[in-house]
Amino acid sequence: MTALLEAQNLVKHFPASRNLFGRPTSFVRAVDGVSFHVDAGETLALVGESGCGKSTVSRLVLRLIEPDAGSVCFEGRDLLALDANELRAFRRQAQIIFQDPYASLNPRMTVGQILGEPLALHALVPSAQRRARIEELLRLVGLEPRVARRYPHEFSGGQRQRIAIARALAVEPKLIICDEPVSALDVSIRSQILNLLRDLQDRLGLSYIFVSHDLAVVKHIADRVAVMNLGGIVEAAETEALFAAPRHPYSRALLSAIPVARPQAKRSRLILQGEMPSALNPPTGCRFHTRCPYAVERCRTEVPKLAAGAGGAVNHPVACHRTAELPPPEGVVPTDGGFSPALEKLVAAFSLSEEGPGANGVGIIGTPSQA
Amino acid sequence: MTASPLIDIQRLRVLFHGDDGRTNHAVDSVDLSVAPGATLGLVGESGCGKSVTSLAIMGLLSKQSSEVSGSIRFDGFDLLQAGEHTLRDLRGNRLAMIFQEPMTSLNPSFTIGDQIIETILRHRGGSRFAARERAIQLLRRVHIPSPERRIDEYPHKLSGGMRQRVMIAMALACDPRLLIADEPTTALDVTLQAQILELMRELKAESGAAIILITHDLGVVAEVCDEVAVMYAGEIVERAVVDELFASPQHPYTVGLLGSIPRLDHRTEHLATIEGMVPNMANPPAGCRFAARCPFVVDACIKAPPPLRELSPGHASRCIRAPLERLVS
Repeated sequence: MTALLEAQNLVKHFPASRNLFGRPTSFVRAVDGVSFHVDAGETLALVGESGCGKSTVSRLVLRLIEPDAGSVCFEGRDLLALDANELRAFRRQAQIIFQDPYASLNPRMTVGQILGEPLALHALVPSAQRRARIEELLRLVGLEPRVARRYPHEFSGGQRQRIAIARALAVEPKLIICDEPVSALDVSIRSQILNLLRDLQDRLGLSYIFVSHDLAVVKHIADRVAVMNLGGIVEAAETEALFAAPRHPYSRALLSAIPVARPQAKRSRLILQGEMPSALNPPTGCRFHTRCPYAVERCRTEVPKLAAGAGGAVNHPVACHRTAELPPPEGVVPTDGGFSPALEKLVAAFSLSEEGPGANGVGIIGTPSQA
Repeated sequence: MTASPLIDIQRLRVLFHGDDGRTNHAVDSVDLSVAPGATLGLVGESGCGKSVTSLAIMGLLSKQSSEVSGSIRFDGFDLLQAGEHTLRDLRGNRLAMIFQEPMTSLNPSFTIGDQIIETILRHRGGSRFAARERAIQLLRRVHIPSPERRIDEYPHKLSGGMRQRVMIAMALACDPRLLIADEPTTALDVTLQAQILELMRELKAESGAAIILITHDLGVVAEVCDEVAVMYAGEIVERAVVDELFASPQHPYTVGLLGSIPRLDHRTEHLATIEGMVPNMANPPAGCRFAARCPFVVDACIKAPPPLRELSPGHASRCIRAPLERLVS
């Protein structure tokens, strides 16, 4: 199966300071040689701390910013070779949802105008039918059609994020990049949006690149996970495999730091000392060695490659010299022991009352692609 | 809890008078108490009144726009009756607070040293030199590397995690007996969050101060708190010892919150959701405030406001249908 999206060796360095003549003198090495792929209908999560380059990667694959090197192929076509018109056509295939639903909707436009704009821009729906399509989109994300006349400030954070999702869906994309879509939301609203993203994926066959720092959310929604540290991927694996046996010390530290809502949770905590080094002047060798409890001399000098480890796990590459020598990963991921049977039933009562978005079976209508 | 509480809040009510003539019930008849050395988690979603409660304790609510009633007894004072002068002596001294945004709560035009020293001189007096020594000690205590050098740096030079450490150092400057931490780790990455929570546990063990930890994150509560109070729409809906609350929650809202968190060792297709919206607090419903969103609602819920009822020693719920287990057996 060819991948829907394939990124090879993406590099992006932002100039951090310039000399008198405007020449950059130092760079923030935000993304340094990142490769990954996303298959149709799957969710790839990019996780890491702030400043690890995960958001930059998500913008590079949409060409919202231009990479310095590397390639991005979408359905086999090289995105970096597209001209302006072709790029606009490509944007129909891939959309993005941002973290802050307060900043990403134009406050001067009604919801109807916000959703109608992409339809007009891409000439998707004749203007006579546009209103019907907008209503359909709203129903798809679980909002009532009559809200089309209202302005964004009249909605709560969760509802705004639904509007942002509807806007992304308006052009019937194959890929949606979700950049921390639920971080700004309250827990109960967060679960609604996560359920919505899940349902939409099942019904419309969407692929997601899910950028997040919340590993419990990632565990819930992603099929595969790529862990990033300082501009590079240090480990990539199927979600189940990563959580069962994280192989990179950085992944282990991230996973063991997840706060779980169980006071008796068992874990062997791996608390990192210090902070992430600056991407302006990243450490030599392995970029994690300054914080790694297992670092040896080799880690300080030689850059580890992302490679299948000794166990031959091709689907679980890791960039660490010492993978084979690390202690077994038992107890790294906190186990919460689950709910009591009675509590499980009580929680289920909350799931029953839910009907799911667009329960009346409205899907994306088939305006066949103009290709 | 046998020891007499360090802080005892009775029937705290905060009303906000808006420009449009409407009155918002931000906090309604909240009773809380924290024993010396204990950590109380105050949990709830945006707008539930948890931060307003903490601002009321600190006496930081504007007298013009808000109306605070009830009593807050702390260390022999009633904070609501105390004058501005007394409050100023208490704040930063025996009563300290850490805010969520370390970026905005430090003054950018003074070095971090100046800001910590100011607190020490205001409450403890002494020489500037001695205060500086103490500030360096405090920075070392919150694990800031090379504090002798860092003390002369400006806040913008520090990362988010470092600034939060400085905020904690400042709060600890005068050995407070009560520390209120309002979402202290929300703006931080998980790895830093783990460091800060570890630090808070350590400090609590060392200093014996009581902590009120305000958060929306039940995971954080489970990690550091002894007791939990869950707030919804301005009221405390459930209060229990931390193990009890997570093992056997007795208010439907708590159940919904627990169910809506993705779990690590249990993969579900769908997370629980709490449908509907928080009631309009300008005109709160007459009965249970959660009734409109509750799957277990019956007629009696809507008729009269449910009391906060003790089900077992130390475990209280504002739900007339509790104990909830009998509803599903």
